Order: sequence, then structure tokens, then C-alpha cells
Amino acid sequence: MQLEVDIESKAFENAAGERQDVLAGINFTLSAGEIGVLVGPSGCGKSTVLRILAGLDRDYQGHVAQPAGARIGMVFQEPRLLPWRSVEENVRLAAPQADDAKLAALFTILELNAHRSHFPGELSLGLARRVALARAFAVEPDFLILDEPLASLDEALAARLREQIAILVASRSVMTLLVTHNLDDAVRLGDRLFFLSARPAKILHVETIDAPRAARREADVNEIKAAISRLDLANM
Amino acid sequence: MLRLLSFVVFLATWWIASLLAGGAKLPAPPVVLAAAMTEARSGALFLNLGATLARVALAFTLAMTLGSAIGYLMGRVRLANRLGDPWLILLLNLPALVVIVLAYIWAGLTEVAAIAAIAINKLPTAVVTLREGTRALDAALDEMATVFAIPRWRAFRHVILPQLAPYIAAAARSGLSLVWKIVLVAELLGRPNGVGFEIGVAFQLFDIPLLLAYSLSFAAVVLIIEAALVQPFEARLSRWRPRAA
Repeated sequence: MQLEVDIESKAFENAAGERQDVLAGINFTLSAGEIGVLVGPSGCGKSTVLRILAGLDRDYQGHVAQPAGARIGMVFQEPRLLPWRSVEENVRLAAPQADDAKLAALFTILELNAHRSHFPGELSLGLARRVALARAFAVEPDFLILDEPLASLDEALAARLREQIAILVASRSVMTLLVTHNLDDAVRLGDRLFFLSARPAKILHVETIDAPRAARREADVNEIKAAISRLDLANM
Repeated sequence: MLRLLSFVVFLATWWIASLLAGGAKLPAPPVVLAAAMTEARSGALFLNLGATLARVALAFTLAMTLGSAIGYLMGRVRLANRLGDPWLILLLNLPALVVIVLAYIWAGLTEVAAIAAIAINKLPTAVVTLREGTRALDAALDEMATVFAIPRWRAFRHVILPQLAPYIAAAARSGLSLVWKIVLVAELLGRPNGVGFEIGVAFQLFDIPLLLAYSLSFAAVVLIIEAALVQPFEARLSRWRPRAA
């Protein structure tokens, strides 16, 4: 199972009627079991790439080949939960086929058991993010899309959530695409890192990390980060 | 407790006003009660209240269903909005009396004409409210439903309908009060029974106790329906919201 992305260009028309190029050449492939990470300056069009891949935006030049009938699980930048449904109902609505045992395991990993019957309005942002993750994993996706799932969380919580994502991704063979502007998250979670330029975005550099996620020591992570910063991507 | 107090204040004001104005113009509460009891004993009161309620129920259901569907369509589809908007403005500003009289002229003095006329009066407000509600739908949640491939009907029920619920409740609330007002006019003009008809008779005979007996029984029914149906429904719809004042 493989995702092939070849987006030649994508332009928006802004409110004043001017054409604005957002993407100028994004091509990569992603195999099952792999985590690809899109890294780039904020506003460069990372989320636009995700919207195209999720099938929410079909107005672009190029070609995206997904395995037929691939189930998508997505974590949006904001949790996008239904405020009028409980945590459990939110997850079950997206994943009606999920059985009780699997859901229970998922809620345990994400430490959501105490909150099953709460409404999203009663949750902190960190908790709501975890519910959004639970929803994305509950559908047992073939293709998992994570749009800045760790943004604006404190470091300790982000680290815990990062571990939880790694556990969940390892538990099943899934193509994962993660968007982040945090190099640390990218290096700890990703197998292949795609560095994007500023608008209009194109891929500047692909960094492949061979060491398996679980085996990456603190020193390895720092070494990779140092190597990447030596590339001076911001000025390319 | 507070409600009881305000009811007592109402009765007292009425009684004092009747003493000041004289029993011929404003009969005292016991006189009106006696008139109501007479009507109740003969069964006429319940028959007429029942006829009016049935008309209200039918016209209200018809207008709400049709109005919600049209409003949703106009909120979603630009073309439908463009086509429907002039009609909507016309209907919104058409006096209720015109609709009722024309309905009786074209469809005869029939039950269908009465119910249709009442429904047409209520329809445009429901359309306008639901159109606003549909325009305010959260596109982010629509996208969520698309990405997770939630089937259309499930998405409508769990994603769209809860967002429209406050608008439906508002349309129902304002629509119900509109229907209560118009149904009596429609009955007065062209029906042989119902509260509106009886009030017309009482007016012609200058029978003020009878007039008040029917008016107040009708008001009591409206209050009971409000307390027993409308308010619990609204409370249920908003149970997920953090408690407001």
C-alpha cells in the first residue's frame, strides 16, 4: 500500500481577486508503516497539502494516487469535535464498526477512560486533542493525517502524547503524514522528513532517518537536528 | 411559587378593574368562571378548544416541516435562495387577513382553506430562521464528516441537525405564537366552530362573560402547552451547553 503525491501547483484567489500561488511542487511517496513529516515555516501551505490529500480540496494541478478505498483518519489542527455529543459518541460516530474491546484499549492508551461521558466543552485543549486522536485511530485508518497534533501543548504533555502516537502507529501498519513546525517532534516521530520552502511551497530537502523510532537515543535526536540545521534550509 | 403569586396579582387586578369599570364592561372573575363552567358542562368548550387545537397542530406541523426544508435548501443552494427570495419577501409582508380571505375565496369555506391559510402565514418566518441557521453551519465540522466518510444521513442527524436545533426551536417558538394569533382570525371569518368562531358569536351578542371565558381558556391551553411541551423540548436540546443564567 502506497501513497503517491505529485502536486505541481495550487493557487488560491484571495478576497481582492488576486491569484496567490501556495504550492509549487510537492512530490513524494509514502509506504505503509512509514511516518512522513512535513516541516516548514508557518503559513507555507502545509495544511493545504493535507487538505488535498484528505480529499477536501480537489482544485489543484497534479496528481495524487491513493490506494482504492483507503480509510482516512485525520486529526485537524483544532480538535473539531461535536460539542453536543459525548467523548465516546464522538469517537463512535466516526468509527461505528469499532468494537468495545478495541475502544477500551484506545481510551486506556490515551488516558481518556475517565472522560468517556464528558462533553467536549468540559475538556481542556490537551484532552480534546487526545479525543481527536482517539477518533482518528478508532477508524483503523490506512492513511493517518495529523495536522500539528501537538501544537500549543506544554512540553511534558506533548512528550506523552508523542509517545502515545508512536505506540498507536506501531500497533498497526498505516501510512502516516504528520505536519509540524517543531523539528524535535519531527525527528522523534518521523521516518522521512520533507522540508518545505516558504510560499509557494516546494520540497527543499528530504531527510531519511533509518534508526527505528524506539531506538533513537537523545544523542541521536540531537545529532540529526544539528545535521539538519547545518543545511541552513531557511536560506535556501 | 412566584408564578402563583403573579397569577394572584393578575386576578386581583382584574377584580379591582371590574369594580371600577362596572360589571357590564368587565365582568368579575366569578361571572366569567360561571360562563366557562356552563360551556364546559354542555361540552361546547372542549369541542371548540379541540377544534382550534387540531387546526393549530396541523397548520404548525405543515408550516414547520415545509418551512424548515425550504429554509435549509435556501441556505445551502445559492440558486434556490435567488429564486426563493422574492417570494419570501412577498409572503413575509403579506397581511394575514389577505391570505385568509383569498384562501376562503379560492378554496371555499373549508377546513383545508383555513389550515393552508394559517400555514402560509407562518411559513416565511420559519424559512427565514432556518436559512440563517443553515448559513451559520460550521464548515469545519462538515469537513470532518467528509474526511471520516460519515454517511450522509448520519452526518445530517449528528452534525447538521444539532447545529440547526436552536434555530428550529426559535422558529417553533415564534411560529407557535403567530399561529395562536392567526387561527382565531381564520375561524372567525370562515369556520362554524373553534374558539375564534365562539368569540365572534360572543362579540355579536355582546356577551362579554362568554367572550372572556373562551379567551382565557384558550390562554390557559397555550400556557400549558408552552410549559409542558415547548420548554422541556428546549431544555433537552441545550443539555450539552454549559449552564447559562
